[in-house]
Amino acid sequence: MIAEAGLAALWLAAALAALQLALGWMGVATQRIELLAAVRPIAIVQAGLAAMSFTVLIYLFLTVDLSVALVAANNASTKPWLYKFAGTWGNHEGSMLMWVTILAVAGGAVALFERKLNERTLIATLAAQAAIGLGFYAFLLFASNPFARLDPAPAEGQGLNPLLQDPGLAFHPPTLYLGYVGLSVAFSFAVGALITRDVGAAFARAMRPWVLGAWILLTLGITAGSYWAYYELGWGGWWFWDPVENASLMPWLAATALLHSVTVLATREGLRAWTVMLAVVAFSMSMVGTFLVRSGILTSVHAFAVDPKRGTFILVLLALYIGGALALFGLRVGTVREGSRFDAVSREGSLVINNLLLSAILGIVLVGTLYPLIAESLTGEKLSVGPPYFNSAAGPVALVLMLVMAAGPTMRWRRDDLKATLTRLAIPMLVAAVVLLLVILLAPGIGILPLLGLVAAGGVGLASLAPLWKRNLRRTPLYIWGMVIAHLGIAVAVAGMASESAFTKETLVAAQIGQPYRVGPYTVRLDDVQPVAGPNYTAIEGTITAQRGNGAPFTLHPQTRNFPSPQTETNEAAITTVLDGQLYVVVGRSDDEGRWQLRLWWKPFVTFIWLGGALVAFGGLLSLLGRVRREMRHSPPREFL
Amino acid sequence: MRKLLIWLPLGLFITFLVVFATGLISPESKTIPSKLVGKPMPPFALGPGLPGKPGLSSAELANGQPHLVNVFASWCVPCIAEAPQLRQLAEAGVPIYGIAIRDRPEDLARFIARNGDPFRAIGGDPNSSVQIALGSSGVPETFLVDGKGIIRRQHIGAINPEDVPGIMSALGDAR
Repeated sequence: MIAEAGLAALWLAAALAALQLALGWMGVATQRIELLAAVRPIAIVQAGLAAMSFTVLIYLFLTVDLSVALVAANNASTKPWLYKFAGTWGNHEGSMLMWVTILAVAGGAVALFERKLNERTLIATLAAQAAIGLGFYAFLLFASNPFARLDPAPAEGQGLNPLLQDPGLAFHPPTLYLGYVGLSVAFSFAVGALITRDVGAAFARAMRPWVLGAWILLTLGITAGSYWAYYELGWGGWWFWDPVENASLMPWLAATALLHSVTVLATREGLRAWTVMLAVVAFSMSMVGTFLVRSGILTSVHAFAVDPKRGTFILVLLALYIGGALALFGLRVGTVREGSRFDAVSREGSLVINNLLLSAILGIVLVGTLYPLIAESLTGEKLSVGPPYFNSAAGPVALVLMLVMAAGPTMRWRRDDLKATLTRLAIPMLVAAVVLLLVILLAPGIGILPLLGLVAAGGVGLASLAPLWKRNLRRTPLYIWGMVIAHLGIAVAVAGMASESAFTKETLVAAQIGQPYRVGPYTVRLDDVQPVAGPNYTAIEGTITAQRGNGAPFTLHPQTRNFPSPQTETNEAAITTVLDGQLYVVVGRSDDEGRWQLRLWWKPFVTFIWLGGALVAFGGLLSLLGRVRREMRHSPPREFL
Repeated sequence: MRKLLIWLPLGLFITFLVVFATGLISPESKTIPSKLVGKPMPPFALGPGLPGKPGLSSAELANGQPHLVNVFASWCVPCIAEAPQLRQLAEAGVPIYGIAIRDRPEDLARFIARNGDPFRAIGGDPNSSVQIALGSSGVPETFLVDGKGIIRRQHIGAINPEDVPGIMSALGDAR
């Protein structure tokens, strides 16, 4: 009964989306602005119904209703409640329902709160949002019904992929999805503005909080996902250029570019066509990401629905939405007025370079992700593209981007002087030179990319503070603080990446009980290995004593867990975090002679990677708060950065 | 120029769609074919895998007539399944050479005793080096090599009864 209620709510939401699309279309085509009075409440009720449907699914998972096929396939009564809850979206149907719910709620929020945008553009925007929603409702109802019943109901469910049984899973996918779907609003705004040919500062300001919000969530999602892969997969790496990681990175890159170009549009009325294009690309990347993951076309840890029928459905949706938006762009953008002009050496100029470089990285990642597919369809050859390509292609571009990041915020709008800019950056450049000298002297022979990364991090980290120079810190607007902290976060993260790849020490041994092994500054000894039982798994747990130099010894407990349903083995690394890095220990199998495979890593300053990511997101949050407060305080269209 | 730039994204996207659609339509194969098909056998010389039977070197394989090289192991269950087909091929006069992967002579002797011996020679490959050189990713795999020592065809997985006619005709073509 409850499951049927959820399904009914989903059907009703779909019907309302169809109505919203039809009325919105009519409103735009016949210039009847008064229809907005109907479209707004429809969007809000549609959001409510979608949310209700998703709530029902969560309830079914929490109460382990095994007569629902999805619950039976992905849940088990033995699971801790958090994983029952998170299991709702740890599968294909549930995650798609979450996606469409967020989409509807975002549309509802636009309908509820957006008061400044030209009403015709707003109607067109809500119609576009409804069109996206409608496609995904159809996908759920016809190809992935989450509420399908199972008769007879089984006595026990099959459980959740153990790799996903981690507190991080409760928050990682929703965060990323909120980010992806937040970009759908930017997409709808862009489509709406193209339809009404109203690409201007008001449009940019309406879109900006959504882009910023989505970008913050994507940043958090990627950072958290990277940390999850780092400690859960037990491989000691933090980024694998896996297709699904790339699928989250690509919208982030596009959103980062969009974030900067939308500022130019809002402040200086420049980069109109480009901003619209980026808004289309950013959400397209989100949908392509979903498609890559859901179709099983690229094999990955994350790909839980390998089903060509679903893949085809999503491909058709992609063709309609992205193709439609790009065609609209081609038809309309020629009629968009050109923005105001600016010099190459100016704040706008640096933002354009920022956009071009980010787009270049996006292109590199896209090509690398799709190349195996393209190669296979052309030559039939199977191959994979790995870190060597991505690092060596994207790394140098990213380093140049950091230089622009250091210089851009110190530049003036419209026109600036290159010499003056360089003078402003004298101290950071000096610091970078000192770092270069120190690293070459103290750590000769590290790779060129990590070396330059450390140098850039030192110089840019300092330069990112430059916008605060000679300002009254208490009267500095919040969004300036946001920018400074986000840029500083990038420098911190790059420092972590460079240090991790340059200075990591790895030791792989067949460890004898009681025998000490060295890794970096630590001495590690395996004392004991014992079987232990968890709530829904059994594990072998190593007891390891580690000691740094002559410091106090401490104990670590890495585990190899064995889950019966479904049958899987996972490595739970034991990680000790200290100020200057992490000790990372994984215990593996034993050989016949009583030795245990032990993998030890010392990773100096690796935590800076995620600390930097968190700083970036925090900077974004400050910026968002600053912008929203400013918008609420005064409505005159002119603003200064 | 501006016109071209405006429509470029749509063009790229359509290309992307076509690639994806073909990727979706074409059935997914989980196997990785060797890059050596059409190329000569990599040079190797393996000691006897089974005492009393000759070992195998690549030089012996370029002996003017087509033959099969079967990569197998005593610890491999599908290898038991394909044994009757190998015997059938051997009885039809097809020269079959074996490469035993990570095996021990006593296990191999038991395997041969139980499943028959279709092999003219068995080379022992204790650390998979020849298997890797051949571009083979698992057991069993069977390579069809022509008289000049060129690899003509790679059969991945066990040879099932329905595969035998195809292999026979391919052997005929390789003559």
